[in-house]
Amino acid sequence: MSAAIRIKNGKVYDPINNVDGEIKEICIKDGKIVDSVPSDSHCIDAHGMVVMPGGVDIHCHIAGHKVNLARKFQPEDHRHDVQPRVGNLRSGTGGTVPSTFTTGYRYATLGYTTAMEAAVPPMGARHTFEELHDTPVLDKGYYVLLANNVCLNQLLEKGRTEEFKEAVGWWLNAAKAYAIKLVNPGGDEPWKGRKNSNVHNLDEQISGFDLTPRKIIKALIDASNDLELPHPAHIHCNNLGHSGNYKTTLETMKTAEGRRAHITHIQFHSYGGEVGKNPTSQAAEISNYINDNPNISADVGQVMFGKATIMTGDAPLTWLLRNMTNNKWINADTECESGCGILPFSYQEHIYTHALQWAIGLELFLLAKDPWRMVLSTDHPNGGSFENYPKLIRLLMDKDFRNEQAGNVNQKAIANTNLLDIDREFTMHEIAIISRAGPAKLLGLSNKGHLGIGADADVTIYDEMKDREAMFNAARYVIKSGELFINNHEFCSDLDGRILHVEPQYDEAVEDIIRPFFEDYYTVQFDNYAVDDDYVHGAEVIPTKSR
Amino acid sequence: MKLSLHTQPDVPLEADVIFPDLLLEKTVSEAAALEIFHGNEKTTLGDFFTITDENNDGTVEVEGDLSKVKLLGSGMSFGRLKIIGNVGAHLGAGMSGGEIIVEGDAGDWVGREISGGRIIIKGDAGHMVGSVVRGSSIGIQGGEIIISGSVKNELGNGMRRGLIAVGGDSGDFTGVNMKAGTIVVLGQLGQRPGAGMVRGTIISTHNAELLPTFTYDTTYRPTVLKSIFIYLRKLGFSLDDEYINGNYQRWSGDSIELNKGEIFLYAE
Repeated sequence: MSAAIRIKNGKVYDPINNVDGEIKEICIKDGKIVDSVPSDSHCIDAHGMVVMPGGVDIHCHIAGHKVNLARKFQPEDHRHDVQPRVGNLRSGTGGTVPSTFTTGYRYATLGYTTAMEAAVPPMGARHTFEELHDTPVLDKGYYVLLANNVCLNQLLEKGRTEEFKEAVGWWLNAAKAYAIKLVNPGGDEPWKGRKNSNVHNLDEQISGFDLTPRKIIKALIDASNDLELPHPAHIHCNNLGHSGNYKTTLETMKTAEGRRAHITHIQFHSYGGEVGKNPTSQAAEISNYINDNPNISADVGQVMFGKATIMTGDAPLTWLLRNMTNNKWINADTECESGCGILPFSYQEHIYTHALQWAIGLELFLLAKDPWRMVLSTDHPNGGSFENYPKLIRLLMDKDFRNEQAGNVNQKAIANTNLLDIDREFTMHEIAIISRAGPAKLLGLSNKGHLGIGADADVTIYDEMKDREAMFNAARYVIKSGELFINNHEFCSDLDGRILHVEPQYDEAVEDIIRPFFEDYYTVQFDNYAVDDDYVHGAEVIPTKSR
Repeated sequence: MKLSLHTQPDVPLEADVIFPDLLLEKTVSEAAALEIFHGNEKTTLGDFFTITDENNDGTVEVEGDLSKVKLLGSGMSFGRLKIIGNVGAHLGAGMSGGEIIVEGDAGDWVGREISGGRIIIKGDAGHMVGSVVRGSSIGIQGGEIIISGSVKNELGNGMRRGLIAVGGDSGDFTGVNMKAGTIVVLGQLGQRPGAGMVRGTIISTHNAELLPTFTYDTTYRPTVLKSIFIYLRKLGFSLDDEYINGNYQRWSGDSIELNKGEIFLYAE
């Protein structure tokens, strides 16, 4: 196992253990945080530096077939950003959708050591694991798409809720996923069957099913709570990007009826105004609801100006965007399970909607009373690459910088938000919450996001600088599972991360219901479908209470 | 500075260090030590070229059969690069200023994505002259590419601004997806010229078969063509007066796009 390390003289920010900038010693041995190490252990003098747990990204798109398609169809995005080979690390390409190795290295450079791929249909699980194994340094898992699953929808419309729950359990096991993901619940199946078909209201009947989006949302929220998954249902609401969609978002949150639910990239779901017209900001309304309802958590999905890549299971949305950009796009159907859309996109300061999205994202951060439940994400690469995180952190920590930046964008948009009236500046402690402790807690990762005794030794050390963007842009030291990956700004070893997944208990009798469905509708044999254990070698199973 | 090829490369040589901005700041021995790739092998410029310090007038001269030498003059922003012999692919890629003169033929991808400067080729050139890289949508954004001979397919693909003039014929898909800018072909256009063009001008002194998405407007004698042709004469093209003063058919297209592009064909 790895050698022991002592980090001394560093200013430690560890919100879970209520450590707020104290000078404190952190000791590491055998991949864990321990209370002491032998005096002759390797010592890092972190004088003038900030010590934090490794970053945890709760929502990003880094592996799987849609990510790979996005890489393949944007050669123009890679050729100006080539990552040469350093030492025994691998070469690769960057851009908004970096190659697997580069994704790992660049996340680590920012001080991130855990990241969750946010949307994979169960059929894409094997592909996803192949890529995740090639994504170094990070510990990672993925969320499995279940809200447009024909088999599950059929069980639900017949009111077979108990069997539905067992089937969800089976699917989580078969796909070796970490959490349940909902994308445009109920909207993709009709879209795949008929031109421009979608659902826009939670109580609208889904064409082809005796079912409404609300029933699907409720059933999956219940399933993830009843299976006691570490992370609740991860919901990409209906009507993403449409003016007036905040009502749908509020309705979705109410559907949880007090049970835990996570609304993802909520910025894209906080728009007022009328359908078909310019959106307005409803960040305050959304924020108020979340502030008052502790069962709901969210990540922001901040938009950052510049190049992005839209990739989502929300296929009808990409059709709308494609009609705006007139650029190349991909739309795909994953049989019986999901849709998919991909297109290159660029957020521009002078465009009203883009500037408004940028401002709404910042409003949501700044209006959140409980940063533990409104955590950092850019929905990489949808709102912008994860490489924008340092700039985003500076926008949150530095009011003057924020207002100066707001002066450079569409002023009509800024005037329609309350951004300039908000004086709040995030403290270092709060940044540690939204980028580490909060996501780890929401994910139910009890060994991550903190530096208490027994925690995974994922530690980042930044030089303390006034310019927060420069500070968070490159960690001076990154320790992953007790081993130095970045030593004094230099990559020093090649590290693999672990796959994280859940294995909730389910009644195996449910296979008798699912098997005939496969025989009738799937191109894959039932017995070949489930991901076998070889695919997740070295994985860590995060406990659910039932197993 | 003068470079003469002394060893013929077996596989293409990625000579992206041969451009005035870099070489004129180096001594002969420094230049010889510059790293280049021969296939996937790292070698030095001196392994393939004899370098002498002959002229000090801001010109870099390269001679030999350079048809396997790629990326000459790529990224240059000033000075002159004179090439005596044939040259390989990606000549002057991404250049923003200065001048490249080739006394011979050039390969594919001449002047891809340039934003300024001038490339003059006395012989023929290959495919994708002055064009965009696969996957991108915007090609050259300025500058001039002047070719005395003929070129192959996809001349000026995705072009946004600038001038491309060809003395001979062009291949298929001349000016495909062009956004704006001017292409002049004094010989015959290949198949489907201007396919997918948004704006921009393609001029030919011969007739051509156009796509059905182009519509005939009128036949007239546009003054602007006269000034373009007189400019080309100054650059050394021989052009009969009948072309300069003649009538041209104007076609607009591509109607699957904005329909604001124009193709001028000489009307006898």
